[in-house]
Amino acid sequence: MAVTGRAKRKTTTRKKKPTFSKETYLEWYELMLLLRRFEEKAGQLYGQQKIRGFCHLYIGQEAVAAGLISAIRQDDPIITAYRDHGLAIAKGISPNACMAELYGKATGCAKGKGGSMHFFSKEHNFYGGHGIVGAQIPLGAGMAMADKYLGKDRVSICMFGDGAARQGALHETFNMAMTWQLPVVFICENNMYAMGTSVERTSNVKDIYKLGLGYEMPCFPVDGMDPEAVYAAVHQAAEHARAGNGPTFLEIKTYRYKGHSMSDPAKYRTKEELNAYKGNDPIVKVKGILLDKGYATDEDIKAINAKVKQRVADSIKFAEESPWPNDDEIYKDVYVTPNYPFIKD
Amino acid sequence: MAVREIRFREALREAMSEEMRRDERVFLMGEEVAEYNGAYKVSQGMLDEFGAKRVIDTPIAELGFAGIGVGASMNGLRPIVEFMTWNFAVLAFDQILNSAAKMLNMSGGQFSCPIVFRGPTGAAGQLASQHSQTFESWLGNIPGIKVISVSNPYDAKGLLKSAIRSEDPVCFMESEVMYGDMGEVPEEEYLIPIGKAKVVREGTDITLVSFNKTMKVALNSADELAKEGISAEVIDLRTIRPLDYDTLIKSIKKTNRMVVVEESWPFASVSTEITYNMQLKAFDYLDAPIRRICGEDVPVSYAPNLVAAFMPSVEKTVRAAKDVMYVVK
Repeated sequence: MAVTGRAKRKTTTRKKKPTFSKETYLEWYELMLLLRRFEEKAGQLYGQQKIRGFCHLYIGQEAVAAGLISAIRQDDPIITAYRDHGLAIAKGISPNACMAELYGKATGCAKGKGGSMHFFSKEHNFYGGHGIVGAQIPLGAGMAMADKYLGKDRVSICMFGDGAARQGALHETFNMAMTWQLPVVFICENNMYAMGTSVERTSNVKDIYKLGLGYEMPCFPVDGMDPEAVYAAVHQAAEHARAGNGPTFLEIKTYRYKGHSMSDPAKYRTKEELNAYKGNDPIVKVKGILLDKGYATDEDIKAINAKVKQRVADSIKFAEESPWPNDDEIYKDVYVTPNYPFIKD
Repeated sequence: MAVREIRFREALREAMSEEMRRDERVFLMGEEVAEYNGAYKVSQGMLDEFGAKRVIDTPIAELGFAGIGVGASMNGLRPIVEFMTWNFAVLAFDQILNSAAKMLNMSGGQFSCPIVFRGPTGAAGQLASQHSQTFESWLGNIPGIKVISVSNPYDAKGLLKSAIRSEDPVCFMESEVMYGDMGEVPEEEYLIPIGKAKVVREGTDITLVSFNKTMKVALNSADELAKEGISAEVIDLRTIRPLDYDTLIKSIKKTNRMVVVEESWPFASVSTEITYNMQLKAFDYLDAPIRRICGEDVPVSYAPNLVAAFMPSVEKTVRAAKDVMYVVK
């Protein structure tokens, strides 16, 4: 059941579940499959040491990106943490630019300067993947502050994980975002584990969405294995903010099939738990809807699968063939001010 | 140029107000900046002129409001974030170090952060250990930001205006004990470039280098040395990052001797950085080792004599200068 901070407000009562078109299901299927296949390849390429550094895969969480992206407008900015591949691709950054960034190539979406954790695209209003847990929460509120100040009709989507929900930055930001009624939707992608520590072990408050109550912020739990549910919750929250009614906090309950990062064998959880979530896989679910409703034939599905496979293969080819950044790039993009006198002993 | 004398805090206020009149995107946020008119009255009257949209009181949440400022700067605004003191800004250092200083680089040049973090720094009387610290060398260590630390109303105004117009994040340091200082400031608009030190007193025998309120120690020491026939050149760094090495080298080539005076703790301080660079770039011009007078290598205590024992002083500086001059007495 939804718990709301402002129960009297109409906008906080849950609307009836919307219905979705054939096109939407097809888009979701193709997008989620693209994220899954991209990440599977990224994992393999990490094993081959083509991709280095820290690498956090999105596998299992695809329904969050799919439902979210169809619920907001193209110019609504998104900011997230370091598990950013899925959201970046969903927001429109090409798999080529993303794969090239994973390789550290000059054609990457951050010119090879960010890597896995720091995808950015101003063009796509993707305000980055951020590597300090929870530090992007005030940034997301600040983005919303700027849009409100400048009179722009945009809503900031501020994403973070269940681990970040325990950071002080969250509480400071929730407080100010409500006080100033900023047009922001805070989304906790609760994948159950802050690295290896389960939500239950990090707080007395196990329902993370209830943290909104302390600030009288509308707040709800959402099924993150279902793009329909994600869409409904995010759309309502975004329009609530767009109408000038301030922030909403959504705890989207999801699950990552892989470890926290590539070095994590995930021994802190059981096979049964993992398999239970895999049994509720959003891609399988949406495929089932497409077939059941007659929106797609087996042939159509095969065609999408082949298309996705090709896009991922193309992205790897693109990354492989792209050049490294020039060495002199280290002195670029540090200051906007031209001719900054770097210390060079 | 019409010149009048105004207080340090008025110079800062003029800088902010002029820039806010000039650019709608500039706004001020921080604790007590609006309705209280500023903890140290720097922003007095600004709420009346600019309204609550642009002069924003925050709760006591340095990490949160610094981060909100950085996010706003990524998305089209030019925030001035006031810290009641840099001692409290430590809570926000993650946002300065990991967000503001890194954004341009980790986004491959796509997102800049034109933001100013400002407030007083250092000891301000008997405030004891947690309220008496300096951070120029901490922040000066960070590529991606600029660090300014001013000593007088004229520099404060001209450099704060440049800081607000900077496309890069700037940390700007003032001092509680200087807010009431009077100084000559032109009526006309002027800007002072970031990254330029100033020779505030010419001399031939030794160079004294300082910044922020220990500039007073340096200047008073120069007076004392003059009484003994020693001509000291005094340089105000004004900007810590980027540091104006050229002005220092030029002075050393003239005086062949240097003492650096700063309130910071000695380890990895601004004076450490200066000394390394002078021995590297002006070794053949040095007639004696460079000395420094720092705050003592301890937390600042409360008792007045213990504060005095901690702080750089004219006595310590004159003694060091004489040592560098090989004057025995």
